Amino acid sequence: MKKTLALVVGLIISAPAVATDVVNIYSFRQPFLIKPILDDFTQQTGIKTNVVFAKKGLIERVKREGKHSKADLVLTSNFSALIQLEELKLTRTIDSEKVNKNVPAAFRDGDGQWVALTKRVRNVYSSKERLGPLPELSYEDLAAPEYKGQICTRSGKHPYNLGLVASMIAHHGEVQTKTWLEGVKANLARKPQGNDRAQVKAVKEGLCNLALGNSYYLGKMLQDEAQKPWADAVNINFPNQTNRGSHINVSGAVITKYAKNPENALKLIEYMTDNKAQNMYASLNMEYPVKPGVKLSSLVASWGSFKEDSLPLDEISKYRPLALKLIDEVKFDL
Amino acid sequence: MTYKFQLSKWQLIAWSTGLLLSTPLFFLLVESLQGDSEVFTHLWNTVLWDYISNTVLLVLGVGLLSCLIALPLGWLTAYCRFPGKQQFEWALMLPLAMPTYIIAYVYTDLLDYAGPIQITLREWFGWQSPNDYWFFDIRTLPGAIIMIALVLYPYLYLIFKTALREQSFKLVQASQLMGLSAWKSFFKVSLVLSRGAIVAALALISMETMADFATVSYFAVSTLTTAVYDTWFGYYSLTAAAKISGVMLLLLFLALITERFSRRNQAVFERQSSVNSEALYILKGKSAWLATGFCSLILIISFIIPMVVLLKYAIMYFDQAWSSEFFSYAWQSLKVAAVVSVVTIVLSVLVVFYQRIAKQVNPLIPGRLASTGYALPGTVLAIAVLLPLTLLENTINRILTPYNLDIGLLLTGSLLTIIFAYIVRFYAVAHGAIESSFSRISPSLDMASQSMGKSQGHTLRLVHLPLLRRGLLTAGLLVFIECMKELPAALLLRPFDFESLATHVFQYVSDEQLELASISALFIVVVGFIPLYFINRSMEQHS
Repeated sequence: MKKTLALVVGLIISAPAVATDVVNIYSFRQPFLIKPILDDFTQQTGIKTNVVFAKKGLIERVKREGKHSKADLVLTSNFSALIQLEELKLTRTIDSEKVNKNVPAAFRDGDGQWVALTKRVRNVYSSKERLGPLPELSYEDLAAPEYKGQICTRSGKHPYNLGLVASMIAHHGEVQTKTWLEGVKANLARKPQGNDRAQVKAVKEGLCNLALGNSYYLGKMLQDEAQKPWADAVNINFPNQTNRGSHINVSGAVITKYAKNPENALKLIEYMTDNKAQNMYASLNMEYPVKPGVKLSSLVASWGSFKEDSLPLDEISKYRPLALKLIDEVKFDL
Repeated sequence: MTYKFQLSKWQLIAWSTGLLLSTPLFFLLVESLQGDSEVFTHLWNTVLWDYISNTVLLVLGVGLLSCLIALPLGWLTAYCRFPGKQQFEWALMLPLAMPTYIIAYVYTDLLDYAGPIQITLREWFGWQSPNDYWFFDIRTLPGAIIMIALVLYPYLYLIFKTALREQSFKLVQASQLMGLSAWKSFFKVSLVLSRGAIVAALALISMETMADFATVSYFAVSTLTTAVYDTWFGYYSLTAAAKISGVMLLLLFLALITERFSRRNQAVFERQSSVNSEALYILKGKSAWLATGFCSLILIISFIIPMVVLLKYAIMYFDQAWSSEFFSYAWQSLKVAAVVSVVTIVLSVLVVFYQRIAKQVNPLIPGRLASTGYALPGTVLAIAVLLPLTLLENTINRILTPYNLDIGLLLTGSLLTIIFAYIVRFYAVAHGAIESSFSRISPSLDMASQSMGKSQGHTLRLVHLPLLRRGLLTAGLLVFIECMKELPAALLLRPFDFESLATHVFQYVSDEQLELASISALFIVVVGFIPLYFINRSMEQHS
């Protein structure tokens, strides 16, 4: 027992000490996606980055830890997490000329509580062989009877789909969106499952002809020898080009209210919104940079330019809880 | 007087353990009693019943399938001799070291529509679309039942086999002499005598199944666990999530009460003086082949195929998957698992011992209280643990403020929180195994020890512990391996600079790229071999 206690105490003492030149990050984004960027930041500035990665629960953790939280910065993979952090008053103002210059106002919070880092488009993939490109396709069409049994998607409750449903509510209202959701559900080829990559794979194998997915997954698959055939089997379509434009989600960052290293966190955000990191986001992750003028990766550029839905993110975000309720009401995932 | 003092000492230890380990749950229940029932009512009116029925079916399915797999395996390896028996005895435990989400991933990759098996079938038979043929859909409730049972059956196998070994062979021999066939003897003697152990193992399996998140979410099977996640992270309502956890606990308590009720009049105290090294049944011909075939089949499906796939990935993707940091991840995982195993064993021995000696009403309560954490899904547990710990930390910090002192996040910012969470989560595993071993020690031994003037502490140390050795090892092994595999709580509670093998692997699995984490996944399994080796050696020495 004594030994056990000694061991326990030893383990606690061996917990890492907080060095001064660090920035501590809670990240919803996968470490392998952001590591090259963080490594370069450390090389440029000498500021060490520590990351705790989790796909869920980080906001709750920051909230519970309160003013003792070690997190200086939270990196999110969708806008609703950014807005939730703001609503819970867990953020502090990102006060930087540089950030304001780098990121257009549409991708920053009006009060400077969060900033988007990359844009992610909710695309519809179509089978090259069986449907070909569908330049005039809209999200609304996904409920059309002609696509019965042809659509694949991940869970309706995934933030990417929730964002899309919320934007549908913002544009069409609750009743119409519910009817639309029922239509999409009726058109599903299989129960929602897997991630965006799995949907493209299912199109390749003929299980479905249309699939919802974020564009960077396609880029990632094209880079992987084993997965390239899946990606080659689909066309990427930017929906609603004839009207409001495609739904955009974002990844982003906040500086936490109780950050112990706010200056370092700000430096990191400035770095992440600037040319080099934005370029890396584009080339490594195949995402769309938020900074205007940053070159897209040649692959992403080859997909062509497109019109974006201009509805502000906080406007869409308001309908997120309702979107979730509708998804439960139509039992989308069941 | 001495007697009274000692009893209250045991009582104090047992109750403190029970209360301490149930504190997170208590905080969660308090949270669930808060207002905000709007979300819960909405769920109740829409999807909650689907979640409940899925959960019940999943638990029943996994339990049943585990019995179908583990009971014959346990009986065969304990009592029979057949080709390969010695190897199987050890190897059949191996799936325990395999995290469920890995096996689920591997089989999805193999069996789904876009997997190699169906592609090959389509090529052979010229089928064009899913409408042309029927194939087992792995990402379904039955698929999840099979995956989870393949990983959890060793619980039942191990505990059942230990129980059979600790039963007197004489009874089975007597049944043989009275002309009972092997089958009849299995049903009428072995199963009946081991009922307590079987039920204890099934309770563990049920709780583990209920708490599973990775597999069911990967298979898109909505259960109460996934509902807790959705509610918490989708509706941002911890209160409604806590209410759903309450529903889960209700199911759990119903299961536990049923278990107690079914065993109410049962007391089996059997202990062999020496295990007969000769097998009771020497299988020959067809039955020997059947036994070997069945063991091989289970081993191949539950372990060899996933390992081969992992190895294939590891070789194919070696350049991308290899990292020298694995050793540090492995070391971090190992040290946490080791500490947790030792602490849970010590605590559960003390609590079970109290159950044995207590004269008060309901001595089982502390153990039951301490075991409740097992049914909580990892993420819920994580927050349940954070609730009291942050409160404690904040209180201490408030008290220290006037003195300009501050402990910061001494608890929640260190490994202590993960360790505490794991102890809360896996106490039940150790308790189940140790309780089952304890129950087979005849009370007459206690009386003999007492009559010789030995204190209860002495009795525990000198009489019980040596007899419990195998049960302790089993318990320690199970807890250790569970810790190595544990995921959601680790993801949420780990301090900066802490990475376990499981968290490392899951980052890739969650992105459907297990290939890139195949080496880490192999590490988890291989590290799990170490305790398996030790327990097996101990069992062999014993016999």
